[in-house]
Amino acid sequence: MNLAITLLVALAIASVIGTVLVQNQPYTDYLIDYGPFWHEIFAGMGLYQVYSATWFLLIVTFLVVSTSFCVYRQSPGILKDLRRYNLQVKEKSLRSFHSSATGELDQSQDEFLDHARRVLKAQGFKAREKKSEGQTVIAAMKGRWNRLGYLLTHVGIVVICVGALADGQTLLKVNEWLGNIEIETRGIPVSEVPKSAWVPVSNPSFRGMVEIPEGSSADVVFLPMREGYFVQQLPFRIELEEFRIERFSTGAESSYESDLIIHDPNRDEPLRHTISVNHPLIYNGYAIYQASFADGGTKLDIEAIPLGAEALRSLEVPGRVFQEQEIPTPQGDTRTIEFIDFRDENVVPLLNEEGQRENRHLGPAFDFRLMDRTGHGLYYRNYMRPALQEGAMYFLSGVRESPGDEFHYLFLPADADDSLDRFRTYLAMLHNAEVRNAIAREVAADDPSGAAIAQTTAELMRLFAEGGYGAVHAELDRRVPEEQREQVGQLLMRVLHAGLQALYMEVLEDEGVVSIQEEEQRWLEDAVSAINAISLYESPFFFQLTDFEHREASGLQIARAPGQSTVYTGSVMLIIGIFLMFYVSYQRLWIIARRREDGDGTQVTMAGTSNRHKVEFEKRFAHLKRWIIDQKPANGSDDDHRESTNKND
Amino acid sequence: MSVPHEALDFERPSIFRRIRPLDWAYFALVLAVAVIAHWQYGHLMDRYDTGGLILAAGMSAWLGWFWRPWQLFSIIVAALSLFGVWLYGDDLARGSTNFWLNYVGSGQAGVMWMSVMLYMATATYILGLFSKSDFPSRLGAAFAWIGSGAGLMALMVRWREIYLTDPTWGYIPVSNLYEVFILLAVMTTLMYLYYEQRTGQRTMGAFVMLVIAASVTFLLWYMWDRQAHEIEPLVPALNSWWMKIHVPTNFVGYGGFAIAAMLGVAYLLKHRFERTRPDAAITHRLPSKEALDGVMYKAIAIGFAFFTIATVLGAMWAAEAWGGYWTWDPKETWSLILWLTYASWLHMRFTKGWRGPVMAWWAIIGLFVTTFTFLGVNMFLSGLHSYGEL
Repeated sequence: MNLAITLLVALAIASVIGTVLVQNQPYTDYLIDYGPFWHEIFAGMGLYQVYSATWFLLIVTFLVVSTSFCVYRQSPGILKDLRRYNLQVKEKSLRSFHSSATGELDQSQDEFLDHARRVLKAQGFKAREKKSEGQTVIAAMKGRWNRLGYLLTHVGIVVICVGALADGQTLLKVNEWLGNIEIETRGIPVSEVPKSAWVPVSNPSFRGMVEIPEGSSADVVFLPMREGYFVQQLPFRIELEEFRIERFSTGAESSYESDLIIHDPNRDEPLRHTISVNHPLIYNGYAIYQASFADGGTKLDIEAIPLGAEALRSLEVPGRVFQEQEIPTPQGDTRTIEFIDFRDENVVPLLNEEGQRENRHLGPAFDFRLMDRTGHGLYYRNYMRPALQEGAMYFLSGVRESPGDEFHYLFLPADADDSLDRFRTYLAMLHNAEVRNAIAREVAADDPSGAAIAQTTAELMRLFAEGGYGAVHAELDRRVPEEQREQVGQLLMRVLHAGLQALYMEVLEDEGVVSIQEEEQRWLEDAVSAINAISLYESPFFFQLTDFEHREASGLQIARAPGQSTVYTGSVMLIIGIFLMFYVSYQRLWIIARRREDGDGTQVTMAGTSNRHKVEFEKRFAHLKRWIIDQKPANGSDDDHRESTNKND
Repeated sequence: MSVPHEALDFERPSIFRRIRPLDWAYFALVLAVAVIAHWQYGHLMDRYDTGGLILAAGMSAWLGWFWRPWQLFSIIVAALSLFGVWLYGDDLARGSTNFWLNYVGSGQAGVMWMSVMLYMATATYILGLFSKSDFPSRLGAAFAWIGSGAGLMALMVRWREIYLTDPTWGYIPVSNLYEVFILLAVMTTLMYLYYEQRTGQRTMGAFVMLVIAASVTFLLWYMWDRQAHEIEPLVPALNSWWMKIHVPTNFVGYGGFAIAAMLGVAYLLKHRFERTRPDAAITHRLPSKEALDGVMYKAIAIGFAFFTIATVLGAMWAAEAWGGYWTWDPKETWSLILWLTYASWLHMRFTKGWRGPVMAWWAIIGLFVTTFTFLGVNMFLSGLHSYGEL
């Protein structure tokens, strides 16, 4: 193994590490994943930023140096080779070549030379001649570009690496090492970041991110560095006028676009420009890309509907994404709602009535977390408008324990005019002891043992309202011996459902609904399932979004890469060099012609070399010999001929 | 006794003499098609599209001169594709009602034909390896030609189908794993057929077609299990004319590497059987080790050259789409690793003159690196190329 291979392999292995270990994550995530012991070691070895780690840059530097040295050492020889035809060869040395031939011809020397020249010219050789004492030496060569290929590939690699190193974080790291700058690890407003973490405009190369809410502007970008960041000052201010997501008819995103205004003190008028993915703005060497988007602090109007006796008395909660709000609960406690995100378009793949996956537009939704006094709580996503599911409309609320989990959904049935009014009324009545007792009496009125049944019904309804079927079953388990449970349980369920049904009749009567269709019956089943699920929902409220003022933020990536054109130049050199090396074959040929010792004719010695492809060159040399010495057609088929002349790879 | 020069064949005829009248006719045809296309649809093209048209026409004409079988092949594929497009008209629903579309001319039908033909090619090539006659291998080549033609036609018609599904979606069908697997099968088969024709060695097909059959199997699984053939709109990151050149260029690279690896397998078997079982079919039916090594080198050389171009094109695209020509995204990094793998292979061959089993093993390992770069990165590592997910 030579040095070059060792370096290439080392580079490959080092690169693998960086793809297996996810790079540039927050250090707290690494700490959780690997534990404090390995975290220390990994961080120390720079494995979280392999490609800017000192040892990695050293390998690259070493590769550059050794390749440069290789080029430096080889190129004088190559250049000399290209100019020197080497007319000093001796017959004896020619005979020792791997590909060599001799012949004794009856032709005169001039006649032969004439013939040889024609063959060489026709075969694309360039030749030089030297005559001396009845002997002529022809030195010929072809495919010199191949040797240039060697230079171009190796210089190309050096140029690419140099350009890339110039665009890397090298300069930042050097300045950090010199103590000129210090990284900032706290998540604090830009204005509070100490000056030591600021990088001046003069920094020639960087790549960073900044998130700008609509209507705001920024004149800095954040350069991520290990566990923190630097703040890079820009010589201009970027204002985000509007961010848009264009969509196909399926709801899939077709384009992300930002309307930007560049305010530059050097310009008379601000520059307006719209960027989108694949269409960045290049402004004075600063490239501004559409990288991501987020909510920019949407204003939310929310109605907090208590999920209990107070269901009809809701609270108005003003909210804004990224802010928190305290809410008093009907139980006299307080909860804190933290608004996390808002999306005005939500396309969710749901099953349609034929059971096929279908993208559905569910409209606006907001994400929040509801915390108790200790700071614990679940994560929720509530949709503003009811959604059609298996033929009926529901208000959806997703709930999950942590942001990485799947949502479980609470389906609150909507009434005919797509509101929650009926559900709220039903819920409030179910939670009202007086109403429950009245309904229970009504249910039991026709029964001989009326009073006992009424009491049981009211009690079951209370249990169900407060804890769903779970509470009913717990009570059953507590009171009834195991062997009777199933039988008693079935009976109690019938009693409970009769009560819930009677309560529903009451609600419908109040609404003025006279005839009960399948639709109404289904609503009750849905409402009962929803009330059962509320016991697991862990929120005293259902938060209904009533209005919003959408404000988005656009994530811009801003880069300055002065080495880019250098890298491209190196790449072009590399590609040209590769093609020259593969598809141009470098061949040299020598012919010595002198008078035959035994008479008039000519004695010919011929030899040739090629820098690679020994097997193919042997074939080719045999052809040349047939033409030049034997002076016969090279006895191959037409295809063979083309093989050897056309395709010198 | 000198022979008159005219009788010798060293005079390389000038390029124009070497081109036969039929070559000119093919050139004229390609030119005419390009001109008609521009005359008909020029108003819909921007300068990149026009550049693409010139590039495609130029490459097809050159390929036809460089490798004559391409002439007939491209004419038949173009005719079938146009037939499919014509049958569709502007109604995608005809795909399921029209008999010819349903069984021949639609993208889906083309893929099925391609799969069947490439499987049959694999089987007959393997038969050819163990048969005394050349006939099964010739049959295998015929199946391979038909299979790659059907696959290419499928891609062409699918291109139209994407526009028919929704004119605002329209994109070249090299945007997801399903489409590039068709491209891979077509490209690898055509490259193999070229080497077979140039070397006259047909028994290599038994090995090369195996890897193609494997990719067809994956394609079919992907289609039936994941409904991958369904046409979906393009994600914004891929909506760029760079895709049109970056992706196909890459697959010349992958195709070359795949062929080289399978020839590496053939080389190792031959190497072993020569010593242990000199009478076995593999020993005397396979080409010489030198010939296998030669084709392996050529496949790696063309693959490496195109893979380098593809990676540079990818870097240029990344500079435009992601804000950096090199961001050490897993796909980029693995491309570098793959590049280094073959750069080392070539370096050893050039500087040390290495040949033999070690290089064959290296080429085989190279295919694993290729497969990981192509598929593994999307399956196991997260990154910016995640649209290729399974």
